[in-house]
Amino acid sequence: MYKRLAEAGTPVAITVDGKPISARAGDTVAAALIAAGIDHCRTTPVSGAPRAPYCLMGVCFECLVTVDGVGSRQGCLMPVRDGMTVETQTGKREAGR
Amino acid sequence: MAVSYYDVAVVGGGLVGVATAWGLAREGCRVVVLDEGDRAVRASRGNFALVWVQSKGLGLPEYAGWTIRSSNAWGGFAQTLKEETGLDVSFQRSGGFHLALSERELEARANILKRLHNQPGIVDYKTEIMDRGQVAKMLPDIGPEVVGGSFCPLDGHVNSLRLFRTLHTAIKARGVTYLPSHRVETITKDGGEFRLATEKGEIRAAKVALAAGNANMRLAPMVGLEAPMKPERGQIVVTERLRPFLNHPVVTLRQTDEGTVMIGDSKEESVDPAGLTLGVSATEAERAVRLFPLLANVNVVRTWSAIRVMTQDGFPIYDESETHPGAFTVCCHSGVTLAANHALTVAPMIARGALDTSLVAPFSARRFHVQAAG
Amino acid sequence: MNASDLASSYDLVVIGGGPAGLAAAALAARAGLATVLFDENPGVGGQIYRAITFSPVKDRAVLGEDYWAGAELAAEAQASGALIVNGATVWSLDPARLVGVSIAGQARLIEASRVIIATGSLERPFPIPGWTLPGVMSAGGAQTALKAQGLVPNGKTVLAGGGPLLWLLAAQILRAGGRLDAILDTTPRGNWLRALAHLPDFVLSPYFSKGLKLLREVRAKVRVIRVDRLEAVGGERLREVVFGTADGERRMPADLLLLHQGVVPNVNLAIAAGLAHTWNERQLCFEPVVDRDFNSSVPGISVAGDGAGIAGGTAAAERGRIAAIAAVRALKPEASVPDVQIVRQKLRREAMGRAFLDGLNRPAASFRQPTGDTIVCRCEEVTAKQVRDTADLGCEGPNQMKAFLRCGMGPCQGRLCGLTVTELIAAQRGTTPAEVGYYRLRPPVKPITLSELASLPIAEAERKAVER
Repeated sequence: MYKRLAEAGTPVAITVDGKPISARAGDTVAAALIAAGIDHCRTTPVSGAPRAPYCLMGVCFECLVTVDGVGSRQGCLMPVRDGMTVETQTGKREAGR
Repeated sequence: MAVSYYDVAVVGGGLVGVATAWGLAREGCRVVVLDEGDRAVRASRGNFALVWVQSKGLGLPEYAGWTIRSSNAWGGFAQTLKEETGLDVSFQRSGGFHLALSERELEARANILKRLHNQPGIVDYKTEIMDRGQVAKMLPDIGPEVVGGSFCPLDGHVNSLRLFRTLHTAIKARGVTYLPSHRVETITKDGGEFRLATEKGEIRAAKVALAAGNANMRLAPMVGLEAPMKPERGQIVVTERLRPFLNHPVVTLRQTDEGTVMIGDSKEESVDPAGLTLGVSATEAERAVRLFPLLANVNVVRTWSAIRVMTQDGFPIYDESETHPGAFTVCCHSGVTLAANHALTVAPMIARGALDTSLVAPFSARRFHVQAAG
Repeated sequence: MNASDLASSYDLVVIGGGPAGLAAAALAARAGLATVLFDENPGVGGQIYRAITFSPVKDRAVLGEDYWAGAELAAEAQASGALIVNGATVWSLDPARLVGVSIAGQARLIEASRVIIATGSLERPFPIPGWTLPGVMSAGGAQTALKAQGLVPNGKTVLAGGGPLLWLLAAQILRAGGRLDAILDTTPRGNWLRALAHLPDFVLSPYFSKGLKLLREVRAKVRVIRVDRLEAVGGERLREVVFGTADGERRMPADLLLLHQGVVPNVNLAIAAGLAHTWNERQLCFEPVVDRDFNSSVPGISVAGDGAGIAGGTAAAERGRIAAIAAVRALKPEASVPDVQIVRQKLRREAMGRAFLDGLNRPAASFRQPTGDTIVCRCEEVTAKQVRDTADLGCEGPNQMKAFLRCGMGPCQGRLCGLTVTELIAAQRGTTPAEVGYYRLRPPVKPITLSELASLPIAEAERKAVER
């Protein structure tokens, strides 16, 4: 869906559901998912429908993902960090993670 | 307005009002419900959705029996509503807990239950005090500070917002007229009928049921009744939806069928429903995390505060006016727990035009005068 | 920066680091107010100047000179002595100006003598069938990805809606070498008549020549189709866009559908803080009631920028300056500040042409008031039909609606459904949005964790209200 304009930029290594993807310094988690062509980042806790980042400005809460073991983080507000583990969410969040 | 004459005008569109209206409609009455607008105080929207028995009735043992009667009727009530509307209010009578975070709290709890049980004429509650080990068997996620608690198998909960929608759907299907933005200003009796002046015109009815919560204090004297109230504010913290982790409601914390966790049960004297005391929310959150540490990282998505409908002694008021026959009060806290009674027991009495004193005599507001005299 | 590094109180807390917030913080700090600016994003700039300090888009022509003008604002704010904290989410503000803020999972309550809310705007909800499908994004989202990460669409891309941002984004995508297959223009033709009265004012405004140039630039390269109906179709993700034209229904395969129908004030914090709001019929949104200094109905709290009503980025900076001058005058009358009359003059010039644009770009009712199974509340998956049916039950307003259907109760707290629900109730009950009103909102206006909430200071009386 998207390509990167400037292929320069420092690579940042993160994993999504265990698979390494190459993000760039300056990416948010949501942008890194989009750049990697990941189709959806969660399924809803109501009907289980797939959802993907929508607004990228912190208001829609569609880009909720589990980051470093903590669920329901707003991916569009979190800068990527080397070694970060991102997991897509399925339905309702599990308490305790 | 085409029709403005009814058998019964129910004043108040909260849970008490719509449950009563539904019961009246089932008895064949032509009913109108007079409600306020979207930004009304709406105490009953702020309920915690427990159908709760344990600890009810200290100081008035008949209240325990009245509560158990409703709790016992709740399953059938929910089933009937489902048949009428297709909506499931998710009533679960799973048994509920009151948890203690210190030996002192557990002792205080045990004391209350002892005093309650020692009252003459009390029905058996089946509430037991459990130690930490017993609690942990039923609530495996409790934190290390939980020392024990009390458990009552009669306790349960519902989805209270869905209960609202369900009752509104049900009364509409039964032909009840629901009139929002009809705040009742005055009630007079003229000949055989009551005239209720509202901001949007006059409504006439043969009978009046006052189910206006704390506003009954203002309305009851207009028809020779009284409803001494003592409103207080409660605050609730609500989390995002979580996978089921809690099989039994705790009096201060429950997981709804939708997955959200409601945390609450504060009491403040304020009567400003718009305000919110952050320190109170913080205390609720802190205790919730001590009760269930796995909630620490869970997101709070909403908080709210609401005014409790509370009579001066905390017990319900059901009365029929002596000076204005046909005027009734249906006024109480615990509108969810008692909804089955209001729909199935109180409404038929109002439809017949006489309260059954064998059931509701202890709840007459006359008790306030006895106490005052004593 | 950790939350624990913050002082317990500041003269001025500015919430939001877009043009209004940056200009306000810079002016106030230079005048000597102890000023902190909180912004939840990784960098300052707000939406219009998103990533202004680190954008990877180096070719200045792509984003255009209007974007790069933000660099000066950011630099001024950074040099002013104001403490600028990014990654700081303000989740509470009360009428006593106690500000609840979280930084990296740690919450603090900060006292402020004055507060300037500069939370800007968000895109108006665009509830069409299928708008929750992966592959459907807001145009603002795509623009953010371009500005901040240099990402441009390269699949089959359709841009739909109306309003200045839509055309700007189209031009930016094209300049960046991205792919844009079609623009579906949802603006009703009749809007020209609505706007016509304001044409002379518009012709004299800077928007006129810029706008025409932009339209020409885009139309030369992309098909523009006028549509009166729009649907995103797909199973697990977007497959095609279906739309109604004067020649009947048409379909277009698409990987990406970008939606936009204007922006509206982001009012959640202002409403939760108890500020009076009013319905703006020209812009079809609620906005806070402010005076000429942008003071709100709550003493000591002002709202600057698009959060006070949509006026654009350049106006936002001037509004921020006016609000900051008022704050300085209130707290430090001896300090020297710019002549407010000159700032007001600039602001008046910026206002020229807005009425025309508002009229021209007014979204059609059919795109604001959906029907049938179209999702209105994305979080709780509540449909237009449910809202309409419940309005028919006697539900008069959004707060009752919330109780009945849970719309607005999810994590976005009504940001993506509030205006739609208000408009649907008004339409269904034959009344006005002003009469219907908006959701009652309470803190936290952005989710915080239970442990963050638990960490806040608790007074003895507050503890006793719970522990009995």
